[in-house]
Amino acid sequence: MASTATSPAPPRKVNRIGLEIHAYKGNRSTLCAGCGHNAISERIIEAFYELGIEPYRVAKLSGIGCSSKSPAYFLGTSCGFNAVHGRMPSIATGTMLANRTLLALGVSGDGDTASIGIGQFVHLMRRNLPVIYIIEDNGVYGLTKGQFSATADIGSKLKTGVVNDLPPIDTCALAIQLGATYVARSFSGDKRQLLALLEGAIAHHGTSMLDVISPCVTFNDHEGSTKSYSYVKDHDEPLADISFVPFFQDITVDYAPGTATEITLHDGSRVILKKLGEDYDPTNKVEALRVLTQAHDKGEVVTGLFYVDTKRESFLDLLNVVDEPLATLPESRVRPPKTALDEIMEDLK
Amino acid sequence: MATTHVAAQEAEASVEPQQVVNDLSIQVATVNGSGSQTANMVLLRAIFQMGIPVSGKNLFPSNIAGLPTWFTIRASKQGYIARRKEVDFLVAMNPETADEDVRDIRPGSAVVYDERLNLNRLRKDLVFYPVPFDQLVAPVCPDAKLRKLVRNMIYDGVVAKLLGVEMEEIHKALQKQFRKKAKAAELNWNAAKAGYEFAEKKLPKADRFYLTRMDATRGKIIIDGNAAAALGAMFAGVTVVTWYPITPSSSLCETLIEYMKRYRIDPETKKATFAIVQAEDELAAIGMVLGAGWAGARAMTSTSGPGISLMSEFVGLGYYAEIPGVIFDIQRVGPSTGLPTRTSQGDVLSTAFLSHGDTRHPMLFPASVEECFSMAIAAFDLAEELQTPVFVMSDLDLGMNNWMADPFAYPEKPIARGKVLSKEDLERLGAFERYRDVDGDGVGYRTLPGTDHPAAGYFTRGSGHNAKAIYSERPHDYTDNMDRLARKFETARLRVPAPDIREAAGREVGIIAYGTSHWAVVEALDQLRQEHELDISYCRLRAFPFNEVVRDFVRRHRRVYVVDQNRDAQMCQLLRLDMDAQDVKKLRSILHYNGLPLDARSVTDSIVAQEEER
Repeated sequence: MASTATSPAPPRKVNRIGLEIHAYKGNRSTLCAGCGHNAISERIIEAFYELGIEPYRVAKLSGIGCSSKSPAYFLGTSCGFNAVHGRMPSIATGTMLANRTLLALGVSGDGDTASIGIGQFVHLMRRNLPVIYIIEDNGVYGLTKGQFSATADIGSKLKTGVVNDLPPIDTCALAIQLGATYVARSFSGDKRQLLALLEGAIAHHGTSMLDVISPCVTFNDHEGSTKSYSYVKDHDEPLADISFVPFFQDITVDYAPGTATEITLHDGSRVILKKLGEDYDPTNKVEALRVLTQAHDKGEVVTGLFYVDTKRESFLDLLNVVDEPLATLPESRVRPPKTALDEIMEDLK
Repeated sequence: MATTHVAAQEAEASVEPQQVVNDLSIQVATVNGSGSQTANMVLLRAIFQMGIPVSGKNLFPSNIAGLPTWFTIRASKQGYIARRKEVDFLVAMNPETADEDVRDIRPGSAVVYDERLNLNRLRKDLVFYPVPFDQLVAPVCPDAKLRKLVRNMIYDGVVAKLLGVEMEEIHKALQKQFRKKAKAAELNWNAAKAGYEFAEKKLPKADRFYLTRMDATRGKIIIDGNAAAALGAMFAGVTVVTWYPITPSSSLCETLIEYMKRYRIDPETKKATFAIVQAEDELAAIGMVLGAGWAGARAMTSTSGPGISLMSEFVGLGYYAEIPGVIFDIQRVGPSTGLPTRTSQGDVLSTAFLSHGDTRHPMLFPASVEECFSMAIAAFDLAEELQTPVFVMSDLDLGMNNWMADPFAYPEKPIARGKVLSKEDLERLGAFERYRDVDGDGVGYRTLPGTDHPAAGYFTRGSGHNAKAIYSERPHDYTDNMDRLARKFETARLRVPAPDIREAAGREVGIIAYGTSHWAVVEALDQLRQEHELDISYCRLRAFPFNEVVRDFVRRHRRVYVVDQNRDAQMCQLLRLDMDAQDVKKLRSILHYNGLPLDARSVTDSIVAQEEER
């Protein structure tokens, strides 16, 4: 061998479709340093990288607010649409109607969802459109400098000393009640849980609603706020220990039968919930709502996968839409022939 | 055919000079929800089948049942199909309005009425035909519950006998109306016959109005504008339809659903080549249109004034983020709920500039059902070629009334999808900049989400952006973009349907009108020529932005009357913004805003009065 040979470069780390993690990154974040939303963006990057999703297949959709700016900070080569305040659900719906082969990732905030956007939010949940809907939930309007949102807890205090005296909207309870088929809550600081929930959401076929508590370091991370890092850390009650097994991997996660529940998603991936304490059945709607209500009463933040339904038909199946994207069907399939018009005209004579 | 034509001439020649043949209007006054629509449509259709040009206007209240409603059928041998103010033949079925209905009509008119109403006490200068409806309906309709609905068919029979509508045609029209419901058709036919036989025995003809067979409707169709627009959308290849119910636009999407189920199911997979969604409100409807348009679908919604207002924010995003979409506005009387079941052209100005900031939108103005069809197709092509929301401005009169028309022509041109770059294009080009004006027409190239190329993705936003679609708050990026959008609007000026111009010899006076005003204007032009020796040029606008031809039209005339069916001379205001300074003062207005379709006499009177004042 020639003595001039240099040592080979270390092999680049790539995912199952040969892409480096770099291919899943976006622009540099312009949000505040330490913002929980940035941590969520990082988990999104990891989840799509690990599952080996082609970025061109993803449509990133958002409304208005700090949260809604974040799609610029991940999956930089995917198409994105930063719409108007509270109206991302309708944009997501139109997008998926036009092209059902896309993977829609909607990012919203608590103001964008629970106040101005509550009307479109509830109807999106009813339809079970295949879309991942993430609420980056900090209980406060960051971009307009710290007004309460409708997910702020009673008694939560603003920096200015104003105390919230209206009850919060629990977006998870609402989503479950309305028909979403994958509903979870997590915490931006819980890397492992959030990643597993995101991966499960990507594999799920239907509406996945993830409410992610994401403290606002600037306007809502002080004492008295129930959405601060310290409050959530102290009051977080994980429902179960969650593992996600992608469809392309053998199941090697060890779990003891009888202490874990396994849910098979549409593409064959599995979500495994290891029990912590009491048994929890994520296919039981009533139980999910009970757990959420009880947690509110106790002032706790329960995190985890509350509810999964892998059987309900998605909106696109209900509409019986062709398998190919409607957007690019050729003229021969969207313009009926002249004989059709002649027939209609004859009937109107 | 020649034989029919000769027969018609003979019939006309044999009648007395004072007789009025094939030129009359029938008004039927009933109660909403009494099933009179069927009776009225059958009568209209029977006259149409006799080859007589006919039009029908339904004047209905915002109510499901119980309030007064009027239906006017106009038969006109000259082919005029605008509303006519004068009633010649009244069918008074509604006790609540009967007295007023009778007081309003001209001397010499005829009244068919329910004998219990004793209307003949009201005037001496009318011809009265009392009909014992209850007595007649009982034997033909044993089921008392159905009598209210069947009762109306009796007046069809009475009117048929009195005016000369052929019963065979009534029968044919009934068959068409009820299609597969043979029992209902039979029941109604018996009622019509009972009316006819009663009139034959008891009502000697005493008025001067007659209908006789002509040959002026051969090959024609009858359709309402909303159904025509729905057909246009289907043949335009629409793939995503979102809507929220609102009078008078609901029937557009409802009809579209029926046609799409029949003609747009993939024969192999039995799956739909479309998605139609009833949205939670108009905000969601337009949001879905923009989402779908962004992702490459031919997307549309239909609405009316209040919906247009709700769509305002999103439409601004559509304009600025440059997303195609088609919005049908079936205009009604506003503001607010206004008169929701009455017609208007009241959204012209607000739609032209809909949304905040500097926005302008192309609008198409169909005047006929043929144009509802052809402009629907044109709108989808324009929206994708210009990458912007495009509005089709119909109105209640056009959308919900039945119109006679020539059969629609199958689109000759292939569907135009505009500047969309495919994966192969990107492989050749290497990269693209979404908002770069490569061709100088203000329209950039776009990619669709899901295009398998690393350079395909871009970020769409309502916030400031540069030619590369990257966020920017730089002053020159913003102005460059806005100037390009203005350039694009100049391109739109050349691409939208050109006006239809009929030039008079003198070029002294002109009329500009649009939409349904057209039918009143063409009749008024004849009246002005025949009664006042005024020969007037006519420019029918078919779109906004105005084409250069419109400016030229105003330049070469001394006075130009702009006809608007709204209070604020909305189209006239838009024209003023676009005219040379010296031409602005030439523009005068003819305004009509009482909720009724415009009639020719109003136009004629207004022009004569303004010409005399001069």
